[in-house]
Amino acid sequence: MNIVVCIKQTFDTEARITLTEEGHIDERSVLFIVNPYDEYAVEEALRLKEKEGGEVTVVTVGGEKAATALRHCLAMGADHAILVNDPKLKDADSHSYAVVLSKVLKSMDYDLILCGRESIDAATSQVPSRLAELLNLPQINVVSALHIEDGNAQARRDIEGGVEVIDAVLPAVISVQKGINEVRYPSMRLIMRAKKMPVRTLSLEDLSLTSEDVAPLTRIEEYLFPQPRQKGKVLSGEVPEVVSKLIQHLRDEVKVI
Amino acid sequence: MPVFVFAEQRDGRLNKTALEALSQGRRVADSTGDRLIACLVGNDISGLAYEIDRYGADQVLLCQDEALSLYHTETYAAVLANIIEKERADLILLGNTSMGKDLAPRVAEKICAGLVSDCIAMELSGEEIRFLRPMYAGKVIAKVRVTTPVKMATLRPNNFSLEEKPGKAQVKAISCELPVPRTKVKEIEVQESGRPELTEAEIIVSGGRGLGKPEGFQLIEEAADALGAAVGASRAVVDAGWRSQQHQVGQTGKVVAPNLYVACGISGAIQHMAGMGTSKCIVAINKDGNANIMEVADLAIEGDLFEVLPEFLKQLQELRYRNP
Repeated sequence: MNIVVCIKQTFDTEARITLTEEGHIDERSVLFIVNPYDEYAVEEALRLKEKEGGEVTVVTVGGEKAATALRHCLAMGADHAILVNDPKLKDADSHSYAVVLSKVLKSMDYDLILCGRESIDAATSQVPSRLAELLNLPQINVVSALHIEDGNAQARRDIEGGVEVIDAVLPAVISVQKGINEVRYPSMRLIMRAKKMPVRTLSLEDLSLTSEDVAPLTRIEEYLFPQPRQKGKVLSGEVPEVVSKLIQHLRDEVKVI
Repeated sequence: MPVFVFAEQRDGRLNKTALEALSQGRRVADSTGDRLIACLVGNDISGLAYEIDRYGADQVLLCQDEALSLYHTETYAAVLANIIEKERADLILLGNTSMGKDLAPRVAEKICAGLVSDCIAMELSGEEIRFLRPMYAGKVIAKVRVTTPVKMATLRPNNFSLEEKPGKAQVKAISCELPVPRTKVKEIEVQESGRPELTEAEIIVSGGRGLGKPEGFQLIEEAADALGAAVGASRAVVDAGWRSQQHQVGQTGKVVAPNLYVACGISGAIQHMAGMGTSKCIVAINKDGNANIMEVADLAIEGDLFEVLPEFLKQLQELRYRNP
């Protein structure tokens, strides 16, 4: 079974967000990681490969440094890596990414496409569904358990207050949720080996795509910073007295009891 | 432009986020002097049109079919895309729920429309709209313009206020050709806790590592039930296997914005704050007066939660006994 995993390189979760003088998100001096949900997708792909055979290819769209994210996936055990890097993708949105990924995928032989349920930076959670539509494939999002048998997928999809158990005919696009597996740490030997593995880099021209094909449908005009929360009252001392003040506050100010 | 709202229902019930989307849709329609049109999709749900009417819809487009009784991406996407094309809709709002998040991008790509996910505010001036949405787990807010003629947005639950407004909705039955979906929902497992859904809850009581052991959650559950609240958890205790992923609040869990968030034994890592930082009131109970959460709490109680919570339950019961 051949599996393609679409990944994104994102800021580390602890990163502070600042703006450049031009008002863009400042990417200098930020630690980059593989988007955590995408790491679960890579792990799931590797487990399926170990069971069923086949190859795992990781694909990303990003700048030169995104190759580091791909190498991390190669070290985990992926077989091939593809990076689409083009300055024309500077203003890319979810639609642009989906168009590029769909074009990469159209030339490949795959049985399953895995993604993370969302990226922790832009967090639109649009790419898997847009990609499925462009490839005319079924989709199952936010999957916390996946079982593959005889060309069919059975997935548990998290919804509000429960789980949908869904069957799909492969190939399909499946986006995964935290909890689906535990991600492996690659050994030093595998990290060293991945450094020597090739990362295939493609431009839009290589994919026969024009700037128009990948034009974003949304534009960010401005970034604003939320008002920081003010420190409130500190209550300490005898428990009954503290609790009495708490109850009074909840009744008179918050009006919830 | 008329405002279209996908009035999400499951199992014959509209969810709160659908009503919030209708309320917001009405406000937008009022500001542009336009009509609010609700799209109701499912089977055997015509009764819900009356409920939608309470939120000021001018028209309800009702699409019923046995094949629509359960949500499947492909069938619902076909219906919504069909409505948008036939009715020439140019602004469509959905809830940013598990259904809305699955459906909206599929439809958006089908009709090549820009979509703003997890919108928390809309700015209107004349025919121009700007959508605000959090990025980087709420560390920054992006002001977004949709450049396509058809504009779509999913609205964050528990964020837009509910507003009842008597409508005079005409119900118009519609139908469209449905594809045979390539996915099949075999079963829906409902996790019955009797508690409200985290993302819709007015009150959430959350527990963290300060509980010491998994059994510590019993006290959190008792407090939650006394308040009619949902139970949340920090990443640390979910990763430790004390609670399921479904309960995690934070950047890699659920984003919540209740009226009251009670954080018990939670230090307030940046990744947790990302999930609950927009709660209207935050109460923190923590032994460590220097914990991050104490800096953002409206009420920070420095103390042992195993003493504070039982006393809280006792006093709450007394209060209710005196004022039934």
